[in-house]
Amino acid sequence: MSTGRIIIEGDVGMHLGEEMKGGVITVTGNAGSWVGGRMKGGTIEIKGDVGDYVGAAYRGSTKGMSGGTIIVHGNAGNEVGCFMRNGLIKVYGNIGQFAGIHMAKGTIFVQGSSEGRAGAQMRKGKIVVCSNIPSILPTFTVESIKPKVKIDEEKVTGPFYMFVGDRAEGGEGKLYVSQKQNQHLSFYEEYL
Amino acid sequence: MDLAINNGKIVEKINEKKAKVIDASGMMIMPGGVDIHCHIAGAEVNTGRLLRPEDHFRDVEVKTAVTRSGVGHSIPSTFTTGYRYSRMGYTTLMNPSMPPFEARHTHEELDDTPMVDKATYPLLGDWWFVLEHLRDGLIEECAAHIAWIMAATRGYAIKIVNPGGVEAWGFGRNVKGIDDSVPHFNITPREIIRGLCKVNKLLNMPHTIHVHTNNLGKPGNYVTTLETMKCVEDLAEENRPNIHITHCQFSAYKGSNWRNMSSGAEEIAKYVNHHNHVTLDMGQVIFTDTTTMTADGPFQYGLYRLTGNKWVNHDVETETSAGIVPFRYRRKSAVNATQWSIGLELALLIENPWKIYLTTDHPNGGPFTSYPTIITWLMSQVARKKMLIKINKRARRKSLLPSIDREYSFYEIAIVTRAGQAKALGLAQKGQLGVGADADVAIYDINPELVDPSKKYKKVRRAFKKAVYTIKGGEVVVKDGQIVKSVFGKTFWVDIKTSLPTEVNDDLKRKFREYWTVEYENYPLRKGFLHNPAPISIKAEV
Repeated sequence: MSTGRIIIEGDVGMHLGEEMKGGVITVTGNAGSWVGGRMKGGTIEIKGDVGDYVGAAYRGSTKGMSGGTIIVHGNAGNEVGCFMRNGLIKVYGNIGQFAGIHMAKGTIFVQGSSEGRAGAQMRKGKIVVCSNIPSILPTFTVESIKPKVKIDEEKVTGPFYMFVGDRAEGGEGKLYVSQKQNQHLSFYEEYL
Repeated sequence: MDLAINNGKIVEKINEKKAKVIDASGMMIMPGGVDIHCHIAGAEVNTGRLLRPEDHFRDVEVKTAVTRSGVGHSIPSTFTTGYRYSRMGYTTLMNPSMPPFEARHTHEELDDTPMVDKATYPLLGDWWFVLEHLRDGLIEECAAHIAWIMAATRGYAIKIVNPGGVEAWGFGRNVKGIDDSVPHFNITPREIIRGLCKVNKLLNMPHTIHVHTNNLGKPGNYVTTLETMKCVEDLAEENRPNIHITHCQFSAYKGSNWRNMSSGAEEIAKYVNHHNHVTLDMGQVIFTDTTTMTADGPFQYGLYRLTGNKWVNHDVETETSAGIVPFRYRRKSAVNATQWSIGLELALLIENPWKIYLTTDHPNGGPFTSYPTIITWLMSQVARKKMLIKINKRARRKSLLPSIDREYSFYEIAIVTRAGQAKALGLAQKGQLGVGADADVAIYDINPELVDPSKKYKKVRRAFKKAVYTIKGGEVVVKDGQIVKSVFGKTFWVDIKTSLPTEVNDDLKRKFREYWTVEYENYPLRKGFLHNPAPISIKAEV
C-alpha cells in the first residue's frame, strides 16, 4: 500500500500492511501477527489487540520497519519492533517479551506493562515503558533519572530510569522505565 | 546449414519428412552450456537455504503444468536451479564441493535437479588418508584409494580446497602459504597439490585437479596462486593442462591489507598466457545480495568477522569443513568494486579463451542467473564503461579495465561458456555440435552476423537470458524461455579400473570405526542409488 485509506470493521489476520509505504489502515477489532512488517511509511491504527512481530523483519532478514507509525490501543505480543530501523510503534495496552529486539533505530512506546527482556540486542533507538517491567537485562547499564521523555512531538512525564544497552552488542539504545511503577528496580539508584 | 538430431545424438543426416523441423534461421545456435563450477547441491548448499528464508520470499517460481514451484534468489531450490539453467540454454552442471561423507545428500539433491546432466567433485585435499599416503610418499596406494573414493561417492574429479588449511582449521589454525606445514601431518600444501596432481595423472582422470588455492580471499594472495600454478609446472606434459585454478578472481589480490588491496590479474594473466598447464575460471563478482559458501572454513570465518553477519561453520569429521556467510557486494565498496574489476580483467587479459571460463562460483560471486550480464561485459566495452562509472571512485582509478579494449566475439563466448569448459572436463560429447556429440543445443534469438554485440549489448543480454529453444538429449525442453518439458539428466562419475586393489584394507577399516560416525560398510553408495548414473570407465596406470 502506498496511498489511500483502508478501514476494517472487525478483526484481521496476519501480515497486515506488510511493506506499506504510505496511507492509513484502521482496524476496529484485533489484528494477527506481523502487523506492518518491513513497513516504510504510512500509519496503521488498531483499536484492539495485535499478535507478535509488530513492525518486524521477515524471518532471517535484518531489515525491519524503517518508517511510519503503528498505533495499538490494546495489547501486543512478543518481539514487537524486531530489527526495527526507524519509525514509531505505540502500544497503549501491555506488551509481551523482547520488545525492540535487535532494534537499530526508532521508538517503541508502551503505556502499559512489559513482560520483560525489553531491548535485547538493541543497538540504538528508544523504548519507553510507562508501567511495570519485571526486570532489566543485565547487559543494560543505568545512566540517569529523567523527568520527561519525548515521543515524536509529545512529551511523556515520568520520572523514568534511563538504561543504556545492549552492551553485549556495543549498543547505545535507550530504555526508559517508569520509576514509580517499578519500585523493585530502586536498587539501581545506588549506581547513579 | 542443417543440424540433424536422432536418438539424443547429433547425426550426419536424417529423413526430413519424418523429423520435427525447427526453423532457426537468423538465430544463433550453440551447444548446450556447461558450468564447470556451481554450488547447486549438497549439505552445504542446503544449509545455506535453511539459513536464508529472506532470500527465498522475494524470488518465487510458480508451479506450471510441467514445472514444480520453487524459491530462491541466490540459492534456488533444486528444481528451480535446473529450470533456470535450462532457460539460459545450459545443459551440463558441475557441483564442485562434496564432502565424501555427504555424498548421499549431494546425489539426492542432484537427482532432484532436472533438465541438466551433472557431476560432482569430492573434496580430497584434506582427507586424512590422502594426507597420510602423500606424507609417506605412497602415490600409487593413494591413487588406488582415490579410485575407491570416486566409486564410493560417485565423484567425477579431485577437488582440493585450501589444501592443508581446512585440516588445520579443525584445530583453529590455517596455513599461510603453500610451504607452511599442516599441523599433526607434517606435510605442506605444495606436497598435497603435487601429490594429487600425480595421482590424477596416474588415474587418467578426465578433468585435472580442481584447486581452490590457499589464502583465498586475502590481499596479497596472487603470489600464492602463482606459486600453486608453478608447483605443478614440471609435471605437465604435451601442453596439456594439469591444474584448474577455480574462481581465480578470489585468488588474484595484491596489497597487504583491505585498504590497499588491488588487482593481481595482470601477473596471473601473464603467467597463464605463457604456460599451457593451467586453466582457470573467473569467479566473477556481481553487485547483488548473495550467499557465500565454501569448504574453506577459515576463509568463511574471516568473512564473518568482516561482515558480522549470521553464519554457519561446520567440520565434516576427518574430511573437510564448510562455512556459509550471506554477503552483499556493493558498487560503492572499494574492495567489492575491485573484485568486480579483477574478474573481468582476468577474462580479458588472458588471451586464449580455452584457458579461462565464465563462472560466478555460484552463489559465491553472485547467482548464475547473472551470466548474461557478464557476457555483455565481456563483449562490450560500452557495457563495461557503463558499470565502471557507477562503482567506487578509488576502485575505478585503480582498475585496468579502461585500458583494455578487447571485446569477446560470439565464438569466444561459446568457448568460455561451453566448449572450453567441456574440454577441460574431458567431456568429449559436450560443448560441441559435431556428429556423435550429445544433442544438447541452445538456440538464442540473436543474429551474430547482423548484431554488433559491442553496441547492442542489451539485445545480447536479453537473448542469453532466455533461450528460444533448449534441446536436451534430443528433446525440446525450453521454448521461448519457458520450460515445456521436464527431463532428468544423467549423473556422470568416473569408474576407475586399477590393477591394485581399491578396497580399503583392514587398517583403514579400523580407522573408519575410530574416526567416523559411519561404519565403513555403510559408507559407499550402493549400486542403484543414483537415479540415472552414467559411469565413465577409465583404465588407470596403477
